[in-house]
Amino acid sequence: MDLSGQYRIPADVATVWAALNDAEVLSRCIPGCEELEKESDTEMAAKVALKIGPVKARFSGRVKLQDLNPPHSYSIVGEGKGGVAGFAKGGADVRLTQDGDETVLDYSAKAQVGGKLAQLGSRLVKSTSAKLADQFFDNFSKAVAG
Amino acid sequence: MSDGIGARVERKEDKRFITGKGKYTDDFRVDNQAYAAFVRCPVANAKINGIDASAALAMEGVIAVHTGPEMKEDGIGDLITGWSITSKDGSPMQCGVWSPMVTTYGRYVGDAIAIVVAETQAIARAAAELVELSYDELPATVQVEAALADGAAQVHENVPGNMIYDWEIGDEAAVNDALAGAHHVTEMRMVNNRLSPNPMEPRSAVAIFDEAEDHYTLYTTSQNPHVARLVLSAFYNVAPEHKLRVIAPDVGGGFGSKIYIYPEEITCLWASMKTGRSVKWTSDRTEAFLTDAHGRDHVTKATMGFDANGRIVGFKTDTLANLGAYVSLFATVTPTYLHGTLLSGCYDMPAIYGNVKAVHTNTVPVDAYRGAGRPEATYTIERMIETAAREMGMDPAELRRKNFINEFPYQTQVILQYDSGDYHKTLDMAEEIADVAGFAARRAEAAARGKLRGLGYSTFVEACGIAPSAAVGSLGAAVGLWESAEVRVNPVGSVEILTGCHSHGQGHETTFAQVVSDRLGIPVDNVSIVHGDTDKVQFGMGTYGSRSGPVGMSAIVKALDKVEAKAKKIAAHTLEASEDDIVIENGEVKVAGTDKSMAWHEIGLAAYIAHNLPEGMEPGLKEAAFYDPLNFSFPAGALICEVEVDPDTGVTDIVKFTAVDDFGNIINPNIVEGQVHGGVTQGIGQAMLEQVVYDDSGQMITGSYMDYCMPRADDVPSYALDHNATPSPLNPLGIKGCGEAGAIGSPPAVINAITDAIGNNDLQMPATPLAVWTALQNVKTSMAAE
Repeated sequence: MDLSGQYRIPADVATVWAALNDAEVLSRCIPGCEELEKESDTEMAAKVALKIGPVKARFSGRVKLQDLNPPHSYSIVGEGKGGVAGFAKGGADVRLTQDGDETVLDYSAKAQVGGKLAQLGSRLVKSTSAKLADQFFDNFSKAVAG
Repeated sequence: MSDGIGARVERKEDKRFITGKGKYTDDFRVDNQAYAAFVRCPVANAKINGIDASAALAMEGVIAVHTGPEMKEDGIGDLITGWSITSKDGSPMQCGVWSPMVTTYGRYVGDAIAIVVAETQAIARAAAELVELSYDELPATVQVEAALADGAAQVHENVPGNMIYDWEIGDEAAVNDALAGAHHVTEMRMVNNRLSPNPMEPRSAVAIFDEAEDHYTLYTTSQNPHVARLVLSAFYNVAPEHKLRVIAPDVGGGFGSKIYIYPEEITCLWASMKTGRSVKWTSDRTEAFLTDAHGRDHVTKATMGFDANGRIVGFKTDTLANLGAYVSLFATVTPTYLHGTLLSGCYDMPAIYGNVKAVHTNTVPVDAYRGAGRPEATYTIERMIETAAREMGMDPAELRRKNFINEFPYQTQVILQYDSGDYHKTLDMAEEIADVAGFAARRAEAAARGKLRGLGYSTFVEACGIAPSAAVGSLGAAVGLWESAEVRVNPVGSVEILTGCHSHGQGHETTFAQVVSDRLGIPVDNVSIVHGDTDKVQFGMGTYGSRSGPVGMSAIVKALDKVEAKAKKIAAHTLEASEDDIVIENGEVKVAGTDKSMAWHEIGLAAYIAHNLPEGMEPGLKEAAFYDPLNFSFPAGALICEVEVDPDTGVTDIVKFTAVDDFGNIINPNIVEGQVHGGVTQGIGQAMLEQVVYDDSGQMITGSYMDYCMPRADDVPSYALDHNATPSPLNPLGIKGCGEAGAIGSPPAVINAITDAIGNNDLQMPATPLAVWTALQNVKTSMAAE
């Protein structure tokens, strides 16, 4: 599954970059996030409760940041496990570009799902993911602007 | 007698089914009942490094968690295959080891890894979610055409290149010569889409170990409980045959998927012994999609050559068959002796060659599903001949008529010898009912409304009534395919038929009783059918391959012959007449031409009271027979489908579907029509709606009815049916079997109709609106380019 999007965030690139690396900001912005821990500068672990179609589960995941080019771009790879509900794994390339007072964030992601998520929810994964991304960036923009 | 052969007797079993009083495996609640859930492999190929059940075992109500290596230690055997195939180079087939639960490698999503036994089903399922697996995910091979590619991931180490066998039938050199000299050659690539069987009742097992007796009982959803008992005892080492009772009670549909003895049933029996509890497992629908044996999944390239007169000169097919991660019980025979031997269709073909390569992939095992190999062959032949007719500018019905087999018995170039048939008259009848003559006007009328109307044919023959034991033995079968029956006449004259067949929708309780009614002249209500319990019924081979009529009923007839002979002796003795003068009519045993008679119940009573029997005769009236058929039977039919396509959306409406079949003599027209309705509907499902889809990583993404589309009432028309019976000369009732014909013949009729409507032969199943619309756009694009 491929997913991509663009968001305008009302803050400069350096602020956005810092917030993207701030576990506290992220945990407030990720929909359903119950726990997010920064294990190193490039590794985070999280617990997120999600409902995708008929599948509702708590996912435990780890993400790793790679190819860091602060404050302009990085890649995220990670995987989350939700028990019998299934798993998701994938990666995203994120690019930040200053545009006046704002930052344009572009991302493109590839994800693979398994288990019940695949068997029951595959048609819903993409639309749900897009909705979750919108929610995240909506929250994130507010957090950064505030 | 109004209840006899040919009567539209209402199904005796329907009262309990339509009032919700059927008794299915999951309805049985036994003492000491516990429930099982399975932990399953989450990815398509994995090396399992560890299983941590501590959280599950800590849950209140959890009794035990057991794994594959423990089963192996207890000596439980690996699953077997029931039919050995030899490759064209003479080498034996290669297949991977299938343990009931994974010992090291999980090879498809759904492969059983551990069983959780708990006090309730909900606890068992919740605990299964707490079992932690640690595993390394390995590369997977998923699609059939990728399995033989260089560098494809190996499903099993001992099956190089994933090739199970490379089998052939027919004469390749003769076909190549014929095709080289052909006036016209048609070539096509066809995908026979992968299907999930979807019986209404999911699989279920209730396993009961009686420690005091050292005895096991298994209630299970089986089409063949005796075969299940044999395999469970002789090969899986669960218990010796006399210490194992298998009961298949009411079973809600099988379509082949309940022939096989699956890991879950084996594991429940073993777990019952391990835990000292009765263990019940019932599949949920997603589990059924993941673990019930699938059907079809062939990719075929075919070439058919014709002379200038439209006669077929040669036919060649090259097929890839996906058997999935493990070789299921009868998986190997489906693409070979049930498919390759049908490649002549109902045509006189002088040269035929078929090659079948069967492969492993990291998907659920594929095995026989309603029709089993014959739908695949029929689809290939019938699409080829229709497409060839279009390419040669001929009427597709006329091209068929030019090539029909006219004389019987007919020896094909691919082993089978057809016993009887009348293909011309069957097609004539179908064309009349379908009003083919009026089609052009209907097409014009539809065009005026902006709709595309199409007409498609399928004239099929199939081989069922499975099967002569010696013949299948010579082709690699591990079993004989005879059937048994016992006829018990009670002292009051009522009759019990014990049959080795199993009814799971076929209506045996009615049709088998009609055969008895016809012979003895007693009402069907005085006849009961006993089946599905290895403690009650003598060994039998079960129900599949449309065999219960031609084979199972023939066994009943043979037993009835013996009962009649003894009854006549008793009557002759009592009535002081010659045995040769005794006739059985309308429930009476009479001396022909006199008014001397005994009522049937008087015969029964005389046999059991035994005060006055002929000298030396044993008391009682009970006879058994084992019937081994002389040949397959060969039902045939002509199907005509008429569709209307909306060119803007690709939505296709089947406006008329005509089926004229030759099933030989018919016992009960209602039941036969029901079988045709069900079979054709499943065929329409395959043609237009159904497909199991795995993504590239081997995850099934059609695991529920949200994504796997089954036919519904509004997807199918009211069928127009008729029969053209040519009785089979090879069995005593002259019947041919009707259970699979609809599913075998109908998919090509549907696709031929749609391709006729849209003017593009390049269309694969399922012909969803998107597929049809896309094919239409391709026609427009190619026309624009010209």
